[in-house]
Amino acid sequence: MKEKMPLTSNTPVPAPSAAIAAEAHRQDPSVAREEGLPPEPKGDVPTAEPAGSSEPTASPEPAPGPPPKMRAHEVSVSYGDKQALKNVSIDIHDDRVTAFIGPSGCGKSTFLRCLNRMNDTIPIARVTGRIELDGEDVNSTAMDVVQLRARVGMVFQKPNPFPKSIFENVAYGPRIHGLGSSKAELEEIVENSLKRAGLWDEVKDRLSESGTALSGGQQQRLCIARAIAVDPEVILMDEPCSALDPIATAKIEELIHELRGRYAIAIVTHNMQQAARVSQRTAFFHLGELIEAGHTSEIFTNPKMQRTQDYITGRYG
Amino acid sequence: MRAIGRPTAASGDARLRRRYAAERRFRLAGLFAVGLSAAFLAFLLITMAWKGLSGFTQFEAALPVDLARSDVILDPADLAGPEARNIVAGAPLNAAISQAAVAAYGEEAAQLFGGGAVRSLSRQLIADPSLLSRRAMLWLPVGSAVDVAAKQDTDLAAERLVERLESRDALRRTLNIDFLRESDATDPSAVGVWGALKGSFLTIMVTIMLAFPVGVLSAVYLEEFAPRNRWTDAIEVSINNLAAVPSIIFGLLGLAVFLNFMHLPRSAPLVGGLTLALMTMPVIVIAGRNAIQSVPPSIRDAALGVGASKMQVVFHHVLPLALPGILTGTIIGLARALGETAPLLMIGMRAFIVSPPNGITDPATVLPVQIFLWSDEVNRGFVEKTSAAIIVLLIFMLLMNGLAIYLRNRFERRW
Repeated sequence: MKEKMPLTSNTPVPAPSAAIAAEAHRQDPSVAREEGLPPEPKGDVPTAEPAGSSEPTASPEPAPGPPPKMRAHEVSVSYGDKQALKNVSIDIHDDRVTAFIGPSGCGKSTFLRCLNRMNDTIPIARVTGRIELDGEDVNSTAMDVVQLRARVGMVFQKPNPFPKSIFENVAYGPRIHGLGSSKAELEEIVENSLKRAGLWDEVKDRLSESGTALSGGQQQRLCIARAIAVDPEVILMDEPCSALDPIATAKIEELIHELRGRYAIAIVTHNMQQAARVSQRTAFFHLGELIEAGHTSEIFTNPKMQRTQDYITGRYG
Repeated sequence: MRAIGRPTAASGDARLRRRYAAERRFRLAGLFAVGLSAAFLAFLLITMAWKGLSGFTQFEAALPVDLARSDVILDPADLAGPEARNIVAGAPLNAAISQAAVAAYGEEAAQLFGGGAVRSLSRQLIADPSLLSRRAMLWLPVGSAVDVAAKQDTDLAAERLVERLESRDALRRTLNIDFLRESDATDPSAVGVWGALKGSFLTIMVTIMLAFPVGVLSAVYLEEFAPRNRWTDAIEVSINNLAAVPSIIFGLLGLAVFLNFMHLPRSAPLVGGLTLALMTMPVIVIAGRNAIQSVPPSIRDAALGVGASKMQVVFHHVLPLALPGILTGTIIGLARALGETAPLLMIGMRAFIVSPPNGITDPATVLPVQIFLWSDEVNRGFVEKTSAAIIVLLIFMLLMNGLAIYLRNRFERRW
């Protein structure tokens, strides 16, 4: 499955089969990162200390293709005195799932929350660096945070449906954004969102029941339906399956596969198998730094960095 | 490991027994504490009921009345008009009743009837103007001295009168409905709590109207919008301190600000409500902040995540979920305000007011102050009235709390 992913992203990079993984890993991460970057790639490469020196030279070809949906450049976050994230630069692409992996407290969730400015709600959090959505700076005053969050939706670790009816849960977002002026339109949006989240058949007869009465997996799919109801461009998922059993997890993963074509998806996960299953690109965080980012197949079969190797083989984390 | 840890069977048994014994002791202590508080409550209710229930009854004596041969000169046509009450009030009914009583039961019956009888006779006259021109046997409430004597042992003169009335079958016990629909009076047999009840209601309405919105908005602002800095810390400390300020101080504040500075009407529910609102607001703010804090952050995240603005998060999600807690705090604050006496004494609500207030600027008194005033009276007839008024106050509070609990349960949601 993941082997053919690069093809969908219309980059000229060859598909990294296991056989050519060694070769692919040398060009691919940087290529993916540089697509659409007009001039010289500056510090775009993961700024893990030793990586920076060897990487830029390994990208001879100018990569065409669409610009990344979101791009983070030298993003640092500190909570008070504690620095949680150090100079992270990475791109998130349309039509692809980007997984953030790493041990607990490595900053991957913090980074995810920067992408739609959920860190604004933490008074002591300080974000520096530049994050772009379609080339616009999300932290600029011109960017309205409410609009940003409508364009960059989020699904949280713990299923958190509103204590309202299933219908209201999904309809809330469209309603506050003025999508679906009539009741019929709203009903259509709700139905489509629930269908896309694979929940429609299970709840279509009880839309007026409380969203909190659903099972954990259903609640999480309801949250996904709620996120896609406002028609976002990017969906951020913060460990969406960590509170779910394997069957519910499998359903969510299947759903992520189906959603991939429509949205850029970034997912934080503790579960490396899950990252390998659902994502096309993987970024490994450790102690607040982005150690390595690249094609999923490559990160898992042939990581460049020793720390990545140690982590994915289970030596720590 | 095993060598150190595992106790022998015997010592293990002993320890287990000690553990169960400790648990039993703790449960007994808890049971004792609950029992003690229940006993106190039962004691209060029983003594109140014992003393107060007789306050809801009133003795009536039969009196042969012949108004045609008295000094009362009234035109039956006037009694049908809208001014009937005032016209009757101007007639010397008191003297007529006294005369009739003396004629029927002898000299010592001159004080048999009091203000209650005059009121009752006026009503009967308006209802049936033909009484003016014929002789009739009327049942009229007796005055306080005889009423008390009929209910318990008091002074001998009154006792003798009671015996005489009873021997002639001219004394009966009735339900004292006037106690619920009349206001303060000098004669305890004529008093009622309606004026005080209405005053309490108006005062508490003013308090709710002011303290609830101001308290909730302050709580929401401090919890959700205010930046965390030295100023908000200072405000928080001040509010917490304000909740602990003795109520009499609020009374002095109300006196200085609302009466002396703003020249609002003295003794009015408006001023009482304003003063009590000052007192209740900090309680609502504190309860509101706690309730808002206890709304899980995941709900806020969820709403923010779909692009709700800060205000939408607060008003669509946080506030509805916090409402049960806010209402609980409000109930506690209002119950305290409803039972408050001291600050209202300071702003002049202890005045003797005979007519119930018709608006929030009319002079009024409130139930707790009325109880305080009656408990201070020398006349023995006020003892049972005081207890009866306490029963009314307790029922009033019970109703208010019941309403609030009903509202809270209606809004309660789980997440």
